[in-house]
Amino acid sequence: MAAPDLATRRAGSLRLPALRVDTLVLIAVSLFIAYLTLIPLGMLVLGSVSEGGVLGGDLTFRHFARVLTDANSVELLMTSFGYSLGAAGVAFVLGTAMAWVVERSDVPYRNVWYGLALVPLIIPGIIHTIAWLFLLSPEIGWINAPLKALTGQTLSIYTLGGMIWVQGLHEAPLAFVLMSAAFRAMDPSLEEAAATARAGTWKTLRRVTLPLLLPTAASVILVLFVRALESFEVPAIIGLPARLFVYTSRVYTALHQYPPNYGLSASYAMVLLGISVMGLVAHRILTRRSERFATITGKAYRPRRVELGRFRFVAVGVLVTYAVLAIALPFLVLLYSSFVRVYTVPTLETLGSLTLRNYAYVLEDELTRRAILNSIVLGVSTATAVVGLTAVIGWITVRSRTPGRGILDFLSFVPIAIPGIVLGISLIWVYFTIPIRIYGTMWILLVAYITRFLPYGIRSTTAGLVQIHKELEEAASASGASWWSAFRRVTLPLLRPALVAAWIYVFIVSLRELSSSILLYSTESVVLSIRIFDMRDSGQYTAIAALSVMLITFLVILVAVLQRLGGRTVRES
Amino acid sequence: MTLSVQGLHKSFTTDRGAVRAVRDVSFTVEAGRFYTLLGPSGCGKTTTLRCIAGLERPEAGTIEIDGNVVSGPGRFVQTHERDIGMVFQSYAIWPHMTAFENVAFPLRVGSERLPRERLSRMVEEALALVGLEGLEDRPAPQLSGGQQQRLALARALVRKPKLLLLDEPLSNLDAKLRERMRVELRDLQRRLGIATIYVTHDQGEALFLSHRIAVMQDGVIVQEGAPRDLYGGPASGFVADFVGDATFVTGPAVASGISAFGGTVRCRLAPDVGTGDPALLVLRPESIAVRTEPAGKPNEFAGTLRIAAFLGDHLDCFVEIGDVLVRAKVHPGTQLVRDQKVWIEFPAEHVVAIRDDGWRPRVLTRTFDDES
Repeated sequence: MAAPDLATRRAGSLRLPALRVDTLVLIAVSLFIAYLTLIPLGMLVLGSVSEGGVLGGDLTFRHFARVLTDANSVELLMTSFGYSLGAAGVAFVLGTAMAWVVERSDVPYRNVWYGLALVPLIIPGIIHTIAWLFLLSPEIGWINAPLKALTGQTLSIYTLGGMIWVQGLHEAPLAFVLMSAAFRAMDPSLEEAAATARAGTWKTLRRVTLPLLLPTAASVILVLFVRALESFEVPAIIGLPARLFVYTSRVYTALHQYPPNYGLSASYAMVLLGISVMGLVAHRILTRRSERFATITGKAYRPRRVELGRFRFVAVGVLVTYAVLAIALPFLVLLYSSFVRVYTVPTLETLGSLTLRNYAYVLEDELTRRAILNSIVLGVSTATAVVGLTAVIGWITVRSRTPGRGILDFLSFVPIAIPGIVLGISLIWVYFTIPIRIYGTMWILLVAYITRFLPYGIRSTTAGLVQIHKELEEAASASGASWWSAFRRVTLPLLRPALVAAWIYVFIVSLRELSSSILLYSTESVVLSIRIFDMRDSGQYTAIAALSVMLITFLVILVAVLQRLGGRTVRES
Repeated sequence: MTLSVQGLHKSFTTDRGAVRAVRDVSFTVEAGRFYTLLGPSGCGKTTTLRCIAGLERPEAGTIEIDGNVVSGPGRFVQTHERDIGMVFQSYAIWPHMTAFENVAFPLRVGSERLPRERLSRMVEEALALVGLEGLEDRPAPQLSGGQQQRLALARALVRKPKLLLLDEPLSNLDAKLRERMRVELRDLQRRLGIATIYVTHDQGEALFLSHRIAVMQDGVIVQEGAPRDLYGGPASGFVADFVGDATFVTGPAVASGISAFGGTVRCRLAPDVGTGDPALLVLRPESIAVRTEPAGKPNEFAGTLRIAAFLGDHLDCFVEIGDVLVRAKVHPGTQLVRDQKVWIEFPAEHVVAIRDDGWRPRVLTRTFDDES
């Protein structure tokens, strides 16, 4: 009699705590994520309508009134939209053209082009922007010197066109990735049906292919638009000297005027957040509609490739031009600048007196060394925290049947709608208000990074878990393995590639983070991107070049490792 | 008795409320028998199997494996503590292990630590059992579909469990391979004499493999019996339709058969059919002869041949009699022409009429217009 009783009690006591632990973990994680995402947003709202601090400050709408009715507000809106739409347009046209050539035409060396189109994703935005300063500065730009000799005129990067060009060029790989996925997911028999209805190549492209891609194209343009709107590098480095202001740079200047105006900055941030959220909601609606537009399925088809004939050289020419503009020229100008004493247009004389001085300076400079160390510490901590958190969240949302897991899934996606600079000002408000004294330390940067990159981690770990068929875990139980044994010997080894890929990815984006850090750093917690930003302020261009070359080399190695591990490409969206 | 399931209940909560997946299911499986749960998707057969495996927790009912209660009031033995082997529909071969490691896994995670040689010997025996000797070091993803299937079987058998559970193991194979594997599976089960529960929606597989079959519909076992009994004496329209092909003819029962085809069709009557009751005549295609001239036999009816398709081993014929299309399989050498007048005939003792419970199969019901 005793034995079954014992077994019964054990079975019973096993069951209840298992449920409770599940729910407790869910509640704890949800609260933590809510703390990371909802509190800053709440504080931002309060901050934008407060006089002075959030606690005890009087209610005021004067910041909003100023943001919305200021004489410059129309100009600000026009510049922001002009810049964002222009950059989205440039990126979309470049990316789509390349995607069509690579996916749907018989252009030779397809894989080479595919890789080259993605390389610019690796180069941090701030380095890409500075490289284009070297190329298109009115006086000293590499491109401008021969241009002046030939035509007597120069191009200036310090214009709206210059901003659009630099941002568009940098975002083109994202458009390429998204559009080539769309081209690949399209059933070629739809085009073949057009061909059997006696439509030629161009007619098919115009009447069938492009209309079918319209919903996808619209959603891609929206993503590019929102990203340009949220971008800080180009508006700060090119826009500020040119006195061309957009919302992100306004959030920044409102804090960097004397005295800093936190309420005004928060109000600009609110407007920026509003537009960004609307953009993402519209994107959501569009993609849902295009899913219902069931011609484009998730299936991979063998694509129908158009024979280019004599246009092949045109296609190759376009691809080569892109590779030169987006990769070769920026990298070469940085490489060259990193070996000269003073930046000038290269001549035989400067080429004869190359020096390693800049590398030595960068490696010996106290502040730069601290920035490198801080960036690595932050990158490692952020990546580890994000992967750990998202593995738990992923398991709860994918595998468990705990009620309320949908809320957790939603909460962890909220940060995708928060521009980096908006998160920055929000966190200032949070840690001015609540008695956790981390403002000006590495901790506040860590909080910001974890919040920003949580959605990327979630995407990777849930995708990894979904791919692990439930029956693989069940087979382990049916083979006599306990839950822990099954998790350790089956689930974890199968999930490892996804976790490693997520870790490296988050590490890379942490190293490049600028738009939140710019509002949260101090001399103690300076990071790499900030150091580059500051060195530009003090005109140390050759030192920036040396630092950039080292950083790019390091990132390329990391991405190569990532490719080797996962066989997947680094994608942002 | 190796397995006993009594009064099993299981429901799921979905977006559209609770679904009662299994309702009061009871059956027993004797030692060494091959027992099949047969039914369409959503009938509760897989849920029943998963309850036996302990992958689902039933709300009520008792499950006993080899005399031990593994699931019952106040008692639930975890999957990994049950004496079972299981093959999943997806095979669930672990891709990060070799063939050897996959099969060795159940021995390694067991409470008993086996000496290395003993473990290798057991794994090799299990692999030899399914004809995979020599592939020990092959990484699992490099095995073909058929090989993965065998590997899953070897993994399920290596611990020599009391009970083997198979969840649609052949459904992911192509037709030729599926046919070969079911021969091997039947042979292996008969040789090992291991009690086996098999879940499938394929009636051909069920008839080929099983000692006994339980037909399930909407979470309930509607009929249980040997393959021959199910085929010859279906208890309901659903079973008659699901097990084997059949043409249904409706009509009121009379003393020696039913009234249909403008006369009397002589046939056996199910015990619960009384004179005057609405009845369902179950015509199996292979018991019907098709002739171009009347032979003067009882149960002979004239009709028009609408389809006569050559399938190699037989002619697949559809004969229109009134508003009924009767399917018949006849010798492939028979000379028949579409739209010609034919006579069908069947022996009364091979045909049964059951109570008409309203079930109608989804078969060809359209009648054809005469070309004129």
